[in-house]
Amino acid sequence: MKDKNVLLDHGSGGKRSNMMISDIILPAFDNPMLAALNDSAVFEIDGKKLSFSTDSYVIDPIFFPGGNIGELAVNGTINDVSMCGAKPLYLSVGIIMEEGFPFEDLEIIIKSMGEAAKKAGIQIVTGDTKVVSKGACDKIFINTSGIGVVDNNLNINGQNARVGDKIIVSGTIADHGMAVLAKREGMDFDTDIVTDSAPLNHMISDMLEISSNVHVLRDPTRGGVGTTLNEIAGQSDKGILIYENKLPVKDSVKAICELLGFDPLYVANEGKLLCFVAEEDCDKVLESIRKSEFGKDACVIGEVVEENPGRVFLETLIGGRRIIDMLTGEQLPRIC
Amino acid sequence: MALKHVEEYRDSEIAKKLIERIHETSTKDFKVMEVCGTHTMSIFKNGIRDVLPDTVSLISGPGCPVCVTAQKDICAFIDIARMENTIVTLFGDLMKVPGGDSTLMLERANGADVRIVYSALDSIKIAQENPDKKVVFLGVGFETTAPTIAASIQAASKMGLKNFFVYTAHKLVPPALEVLMNTEGVKIDGFLLPGHVLLISGTDEYVPFVEKYKIPTVVGGFEPVDILHAMLMMIQQFEEGKGTLENAYQRAVSAEGNVIAKNAMYDVFETSTAIWRGIGPIPESGLSINDKYKEFDASIALGLDVKEVDEPKGCACGAILTGLMSPPDCKLFKKVCTPINPIGPCMVSNEGTCAAFYKYHV
Repeated sequence: MKDKNVLLDHGSGGKRSNMMISDIILPAFDNPMLAALNDSAVFEIDGKKLSFSTDSYVIDPIFFPGGNIGELAVNGTINDVSMCGAKPLYLSVGIIMEEGFPFEDLEIIIKSMGEAAKKAGIQIVTGDTKVVSKGACDKIFINTSGIGVVDNNLNINGQNARVGDKIIVSGTIADHGMAVLAKREGMDFDTDIVTDSAPLNHMISDMLEISSNVHVLRDPTRGGVGTTLNEIAGQSDKGILIYENKLPVKDSVKAICELLGFDPLYVANEGKLLCFVAEEDCDKVLESIRKSEFGKDACVIGEVVEENPGRVFLETLIGGRRIIDMLTGEQLPRIC
Repeated sequence: MALKHVEEYRDSEIAKKLIERIHETSTKDFKVMEVCGTHTMSIFKNGIRDVLPDTVSLISGPGCPVCVTAQKDICAFIDIARMENTIVTLFGDLMKVPGGDSTLMLERANGADVRIVYSALDSIKIAQENPDKKVVFLGVGFETTAPTIAASIQAASKMGLKNFFVYTAHKLVPPALEVLMNTEGVKIDGFLLPGHVLLISGTDEYVPFVEKYKIPTVVGGFEPVDILHAMLMMIQQFEEGKGTLENAYQRAVSAEGNVIAKNAMYDVFETSTAIWRGIGPIPESGLSINDKYKEFDASIALGLDVKEVDEPKGCACGAILTGLMSPPDCKLFKKVCTPINPIGPCMVSNEGTCAAFYKYHV
């Protein structure tokens, strides 16, 4: 049965989102920069290579452990601009609020956006605000767009994974999704899990200074590491093998995932990146990432392989293998 | 908040030793049914099929509660969601199950108030907060979930709540095993019983079944070492020509089970004939709300007219649930029936056999 209406699942970042993009959006906007489906569009203006990206933030709750919707909106777009190796410079912000939204909350959110921009070394240079009647949006939605410059010699994108590349994750996975979920209505978890929301632009520029063999960078946000690796395997037409015993997951995150039936591989991150790097540069890139304040737990989780192009496999703790597919449907809790 | 005593049951060294012993022990073809969907998923998730010898084949059983929920019940769920002034609460797996021309996910997109909860007791809170609305919990599950649903009905009764109802499609595991053993064409050499179900019911309830059929039957936990350990015990029994009930999950499962949970369950529910999707009616296998608590029974209170509904054409869920067919044998599998467009419930539920085969590309 073909979907007649938009479902929440179309916003999950998984298979249904991809179908909507390829069926409706790509044909209408028809251009190769969009069709590459990278985190940002990369193009040249007067011989200068630029990276341009946009993202909208509708998170619920708007305040969550370790952060809020504002800093998330700044960090998220900075990261999307940076994943092609760009140096992000300027951001725009568009805010849609529901009437009755407390100024006290707005001030906290705006202030944290300013602080996040400062920390990342970028500026928010243009913006827009709109207010809609009660119920026409939920509290506050924020859109940010960002622009950055790319070294003309760089070519980092999802199509560039090569057989033999090592895959580094810059820290523990699934922190953000579980921090938010634990605070959702109806969840009464007393945990120390906080969001990992962080700007990764400095981590990226540092690694690119010491290595010219970084082939792919991507932040595994919606859909998690599992879905992101599938995107890269598909774009590059290469196989990917990761190891269950190497995946970094905090004990507290693991515990909540177990209780609620979530697989950390499909839970969102907001301050992590996946880095595909040639084996010979792996150690020094890993060392460089670990020097970043947001990369202390970085480690190698797998490699790019010849067999099964377009697919991602996991070697389990007991030595069996299973396929890691894209996320389909919202991740659902267990029933028995 | 680390989960203690889990890592050792995922220890690769212990797992390797168990795998070696299974390979040494198994000489004859052995068809084992993992009764429960939680086992099915864990077997796939941990790559257990991959490490077992060719002599051992696994059949996934009818122990996925969403999968065995009758079409008429799914259609009733959708009817309830369409009612005015009604909030439907449920466990998330039910959202995508097709019934008639709709699903609860589509009803939600069309404006129905459908809410996923993690405990039936959350529904009580929702009922208290919405006194002018009816709150209906859709109860689907086995012995694992039934006691908490019972507890929520007891709580609602104590509070004198008048706007909380439960539609019960709960089922019990032992009567289904009995039916499997008597179904023509079904050949099973051993049963892996679900630890969480037996944690409530206890092993005693299964003694008559195993004594009658003399089939190797082992209770297992859900971590890879638990499952491999249970497999080894079953294979040893089979090779020695034995057929007894053993417990490989002693850290959780006792002979008598959880007496408090069972008392709550039988204070509220009574057994009745239930329709199992793909299998048909099984006497004494369902849990209905008894007279004492009938004011909470949604099928009575809401005046539902639940009609028999045909199952989708071509869907082989019935044969798959009894182990007669494997998902790739179904002509709809992967072609028409996918997790995005599921035809039968085995593809919908996260713990369904077809969903597992699809997800892990078997």
